[in-house]
Amino acid sequence: MEPFLISVMIAATPFLFAATGELVAERSGVLNLGLEGMMLMGAVTAFAATSATGSHLLGALAGAGAGVAMALVFAVLAISLMANQAATGLALTIFGIGASGLVGQPFIGQPLDSLAKLPVWDATALTRVITGHDPMTYLALAMAGGVAWFLYRTRAGLALRAVGDSHGSAHALGLPVTATRYAAVLFGGAMAGLGGAYISIAYTPMWGENMTAGRGWIALALVVFATWRPGRLVAGAYLFAAVTQAQFYGQALAIPSQFLAMAPYLATIAALVVISRDKALTRANAPACLGRPFRPDR
Amino acid sequence: MTLESASAPPGRTGEPLLDVRGVSKRFGAVTAVDDVTFSIRAGERHALLGENGAGKSTVVKMIYGSLQPTAGGFAWRGEPVSIASPAAARAMGVGMVHQHFSVFEALTVAENVALALPREPMAALARRIREVSASYGLAIDPERSMHALSVGEKQRVEIIRCLLQQPKLLIMDEPTSVLTPQEAEALFVVLRRLSDEGCAVLYISHRLEEVRALCSAATILRRGSVVARCDPREMTARALAEAMIGAGVGAVERTPAPAPGPVRLALRGLTLPASDPFGMALRDVSLEARGGEVLAVAGVAGEGQSELFAALSGEARSAASMVEIDGRPAGALGPTARRLLGAAFAPEERNGHAAVGEMRLSENLALSHHAVAGLARGGALGRLLGGWIDWRAARAWSARVREAFDVRGGGEDPQARSLSGGNLQKFVIGREILREPGVLVVNQPTWGVDAGAAAAIRTALVRLARAGAAVVVVSQDLDEIFEIADRIAVMRRGALAPAAPTAEMTAERLGVLMGGADAAEAAA
Repeated sequence: MEPFLISVMIAATPFLFAATGELVAERSGVLNLGLEGMMLMGAVTAFAATSATGSHLLGALAGAGAGVAMALVFAVLAISLMANQAATGLALTIFGIGASGLVGQPFIGQPLDSLAKLPVWDATALTRVITGHDPMTYLALAMAGGVAWFLYRTRAGLALRAVGDSHGSAHALGLPVTATRYAAVLFGGAMAGLGGAYISIAYTPMWGENMTAGRGWIALALVVFATWRPGRLVAGAYLFAAVTQAQFYGQALAIPSQFLAMAPYLATIAALVVISRDKALTRANAPACLGRPFRPDR
Repeated sequence: MTLESASAPPGRTGEPLLDVRGVSKRFGAVTAVDDVTFSIRAGERHALLGENGAGKSTVVKMIYGSLQPTAGGFAWRGEPVSIASPAAARAMGVGMVHQHFSVFEALTVAENVALALPREPMAALARRIREVSASYGLAIDPERSMHALSVGEKQRVEIIRCLLQQPKLLIMDEPTSVLTPQEAEALFVVLRRLSDEGCAVLYISHRLEEVRALCSAATILRRGSVVARCDPREMTARALAEAMIGAGVGAVERTPAPAPGPVRLALRGLTLPASDPFGMALRDVSLEARGGEVLAVAGVAGEGQSELFAALSGEARSAASMVEIDGRPAGALGPTARRLLGAAFAPEERNGHAAVGEMRLSENLALSHHAVAGLARGGALGRLLGGWIDWRAARAWSARVREAFDVRGGGEDPQARSLSGGNLQKFVIGREILREPGVLVVNQPTWGVDAGAAAAIRTALVRLARAGAAVVVVSQDLDEIFEIADRIAVMRRGALAPAAPTAEMTAERLGVLMGGADAAEAAA
């Protein structure tokens, strides 16, 4: 059981990064389906920067930067030019898959040291599970907690929720709708980049094409699953990580590996159906302006 | 008629607070506001009157800084100012309560208020909200979620939000359109007290009796220009209306109700759970509408009228016996099957519900009439597809509707959205009336329609009823209800009070029924 739980702690980290960032963007009213593409660009950039400089810190920062750059492209198209958010996000993902494969060509098969782990506190089974991971695992949790504090305890967080709830009213009150959305989308990009970086420099320290393997899509579903609330998002990230990790343990039970590989996605669909059936839950929390471009009066 | 000329000051007191000086606003080729000049004095209750589309909203949006004038400007206490944003307007001392509330449904009352104010701790703000709410008699709990509040309560939140900013000028955009008469009376008490304290009120309304009771000055707009300034207390409502429209107002032709005919539409214990967490469940609604009469369903917004309309039109299904059309059970039928039984429906929202904006009028006609107006042709295959549409017949029908109801604009067969609100409304109501249905259910038939078109629509509804149909009008407009209804039933919290003859109803009694026990207490 212990090795399973330890692997869940690690596997949840990319979900936490990417989904926390997307949660902020969606709370401001912007649906960015480009999560997978931003994660891939973050992953390849972080790998390249780490292998060039030898510093995992610089690598992670470069990954975040790549995510921001991708998010900026999205923001200009979807917020300023009011392109359809769903179509733009999908295009961003497809672009990210292609561009990361191109940029990553020279790095395929190269080795890289994994991000160093902190010491384990070997007191009980619980401490052995929750200590002894790399710093990014804890950073991801801290970011989720920080976002919860920001959204519910600060005025800027209140303004961000207001912009997502009714951009017309927010504008009438003089809140900066467009600037808020830019900031939220760029934050989402940085977090997606960190999630990708975690995969390529800590989780499995290597680069392979399409190595995020659909985690961006699961993170998107996770935001809906969490009904846009950070606390539920953390719980959901561990739940989804447990499902993904279960496949490695399920192989011992002679279940065909293809079925096991499908499991996380089936679980995603099942969870979304269950959540979406409860209209009260979604409607009380969903940002009412999600996906709607904002056109101010002239 | 004694209207003051454009420049003569009507003998008002108080320092000039805001001068609107030759303000114009153009949107592309359209001039919405043309060279408007008026002045508001400190502590004055000033009405801005005009029909829909006269430019009232555009003027106040410019005063509140959310639109910028194309020409002209403002002076605040005699000093020229430019109002660059709503934040600048608030800093100057202008507060505004919007017609479509600018509140955030997902946030709490205190959070909604906090967003408009400088930073301060939530606990202190909640205390200040309680103080203002107690002092002005605007009861509200700062911890509650906005979406759980009634429309009247939401308006209180907006007013409190303005009051906490200690405004010098408070703009109220159609504030009473969503209130019961008692709630409106309570609002006037607050507004009178504010103006006694020196805060000017710019009051926008098309309810002229209200304006006469509340305001001491009025500026009347027509097609974007000031056509008159006056003291509304010295004028009749009719004279004000004629100044707004620029012509005599046609009265609704109303013939006395004939002896009651057979029951044509009946609801028997209709009970439906809310389909939406912010919606209203229908509780044991019973109703009988007879041929020859106009039956009005009154009530403030959001008390279950939309749900009632959906249950009547077949958009929401119930047990078959709960809805009867001409004696036949129809509760389980869809809208087309109910139309085939002789019923017709015109929903509230003309764009997107009653009509598809992107489609031509003939296509919109076919959407609701494909089965009932002889538009469907074809044999077995045709029936399988719901019939081939006979477009020539659809265009002819549509032309007849436009002819009979004077629907103007946009060439041979225009897109629905290219029509003005009043013209499109005449089309969607006329489309149903021209079919001569046995039962007609309309929701808010004259919402946002100018006085001339409203009178035409109301006359047509009464005429249809007198020809033997049962006409059910769901409306929040009390003037309309008293004008055309033979009997009135009041909807509140998803339940319907028994219908009473209009002659036995007064606005006060109706208000008590609409507001329930709370309003009765407030009135006591």
